[in-house]
Amino acid sequence: MNLDLTPEQDAFRLEARTWLAENVPVSPLPSMDSEAGFRAHREWEATLHAGGWSVVSWPAEYGGRDAGLIEWVLFEEEYYLSGAPTRVSQNGISLLAPILFEYGTPEQHARYLPHMTDGSLIWAQAWSEPGAGSDLASIRSTATRDNARGGWLLNGQKTWSSRAVWADRGFGLFRSDPSASRHAGLTYFLFPLDAEGITVRPITQIDGDTGFAEIYFDDVFVPDSDVLGAPGDGWRVAMSTAGNERGLSLRAPGRFLAASARLTELFRERGTVGTRTADDVVDAWIGAQAYRLFTWGTVSRMLDGESVGAEGSMNKVFWSELDRDIQATGLRMLGAEGELRGSGAVDGGRWVDDYLFSLAGPIYAGTNEIQRNIIAERILGLPRDGKKA
Amino acid sequence: MRFLSTDEQLAIVDAVDDIISANGGARVARAWVDGDTAPGLALWAQLAEAGLMGLRVDEALGGFGGSTSDLVVVAERLGWHSVPGPMLESIALLPHLVDDEDRAGLADGTLIGTATVAGIAPLALDAHVANRHYAIAESHVAAADPGGAIASIDPARRLFPLTATGSPRDVDPAVIASAVDETTLACAAGLVGTGERLLAESVEYAKVREQFGAPVGQYQSLKHQLADVRVALSFARPLVWGAALSAGTSKHSRDVSAAKVAAGAAARLAAQTALQVHGAIGYTREHDVSIWLARAVAHDQAWGTQEHHRDRIARSLLAS
Repeated sequence: MNLDLTPEQDAFRLEARTWLAENVPVSPLPSMDSEAGFRAHREWEATLHAGGWSVVSWPAEYGGRDAGLIEWVLFEEEYYLSGAPTRVSQNGISLLAPILFEYGTPEQHARYLPHMTDGSLIWAQAWSEPGAGSDLASIRSTATRDNARGGWLLNGQKTWSSRAVWADRGFGLFRSDPSASRHAGLTYFLFPLDAEGITVRPITQIDGDTGFAEIYFDDVFVPDSDVLGAPGDGWRVAMSTAGNERGLSLRAPGRFLAASARLTELFRERGTVGTRTADDVVDAWIGAQAYRLFTWGTVSRMLDGESVGAEGSMNKVFWSELDRDIQATGLRMLGAEGELRGSGAVDGGRWVDDYLFSLAGPIYAGTNEIQRNIIAERILGLPRDGKKA
Repeated sequence: MRFLSTDEQLAIVDAVDDIISANGGARVARAWVDGDTAPGLALWAQLAEAGLMGLRVDEALGGFGGSTSDLVVVAERLGWHSVPGPMLESIALLPHLVDDEDRAGLADGTLIGTATVAGIAPLALDAHVANRHYAIAESHVAAADPGGAIASIDPARRLFPLTATGSPRDVDPAVIASAVDETTLACAAGLVGTGERLLAESVEYAKVREQFGAPVGQYQSLKHQLADVRVALSFARPLVWGAALSAGTSKHSRDVSAAKVAAGAAARLAAQTALQVHGAIGYTREHDVSIWLARAVAHDQAWGTQEHHRDRIARSLLAS
């Protein structure tokens, strides 16, 4: 075992660090879940793209650097440690693009991939429905065939749709064959959010932002050219997305290294060694190190050609609960100031904002209860949960 | 960068597993508990013959010439099988602190060593089977004689006070500190192994033990507890490996402490969960799960508690 980087990898890391130091906005951008913030984040995507750092692992023909897995994790570490803005294009780049590469037609590649990389086409994910959150196979929104126009008519409702308020397009599953079993008869669609028949209703989150929305579909026409994969094959296509989403932070140990570093800094200003708070700060640091090293182990296995399946569930449970603990410790250290937000608050209220967002971690991308079932059944081999006969 | 066991390390693991299993596996620890140390000492001789007792001794002295990474890979297996006796002292601690003659004796298995270390290990493990006893202080090492045995929560461990007899020999404090770090790290690796064994035993039991007409492992409350153990162990092991790789750098002590905290916590969680899954049978000495359960707690206490190591990290990380 070793953790040595090649001189080329060291140089890549340094190049990323240097570029980020020169280009990351000095003052934080407004929340991406406000109109002005969304616009500012879109501009940051264009800046990243101009610097060649928008999609480092993509093929060069789509604006990437053909970078390997190790370089990609190195870039992510540098990205978060630099304090750069959260990626507003994440849905498109991290969730949709991998399966677009795998299942999309050449025409779909040409139509969508180049615009994802510069912020000109930002995607909302549209998975959940009012009756289907973690149990995605129970979705009820429908797609009915419209042979005359060469496409489909979408009807129904999606909810908890991240970025939908200001994004350009969405992607999600619809039931195209109501007679098929739960997992069959689903089709994966790409659709414009300003299409006729679509209504987007912003939902105000616990943090006051409108990071997600409900989307209503009333006979929304989608042409065949916007079906991803084969009709009826949507479950299989979508599951590779869910795997990406749960494994997402596998690629971003930098996020928790950076959070732990901020917590350590706060402790140096306000804490006392030998207290319970000191222990919590230490545990946050240990957790961030563990997460980073675990990621390198996973990367090593992937480079050996192994695929990451249920292991992503361990990842998700670990990082989401680590993040929650880090943020809660930060608030405690702020004492009475730990409830303040916005201007006048410490760091512009970042501790409160990040704390609120961390509360969502154990919920989104499949609740941690679902993840623990997956760990128990697929990794430990325990018998499946008792289904009602 | 390849953060996985090497093929050579995997081969060592296979060899260790084969030797221990051929010598009785958990029955060795059971006999040790009952005062029958013969199977354990026979296993010791077998491991020495395979070169494993000299894992950290130079080849010139008859050792294996292995790295700290090799050590943690082997130590995890010692924890998995619950191998009794002062193994960590003889493999990880003393080779760095004794003269070449004793070092060669440790490597070939003719010497079994145990020690006290001022501050962190006030009592010596299993002095009754050792033929070398050392009292180690911050900057010197002295030969010592054992007093009377004291029982441990782990019945496979007997602990002894030592009284220095010979004149102390000066040793570079940095060498002593580094040897103690290495032993602590090996202990952490062993805790991961013990935790893995507890989890494996628990999972197997949960698949076959039925209550209310279904295997208990089908119930979500137990599934989630076992999943938490899986997560805790999976994130502790990389810290152990990472600390092995930082040996010789300024970060090493801190990394060792992180590994010991995480491994101790994961093994404790595995032990508690194993008891919960097994129910009353797990609370008996007649069931093997008690062997690993007691070991997890004892090794979490040994070579610095979680509190001790958190404090060490805090002093290094948080002091401004």
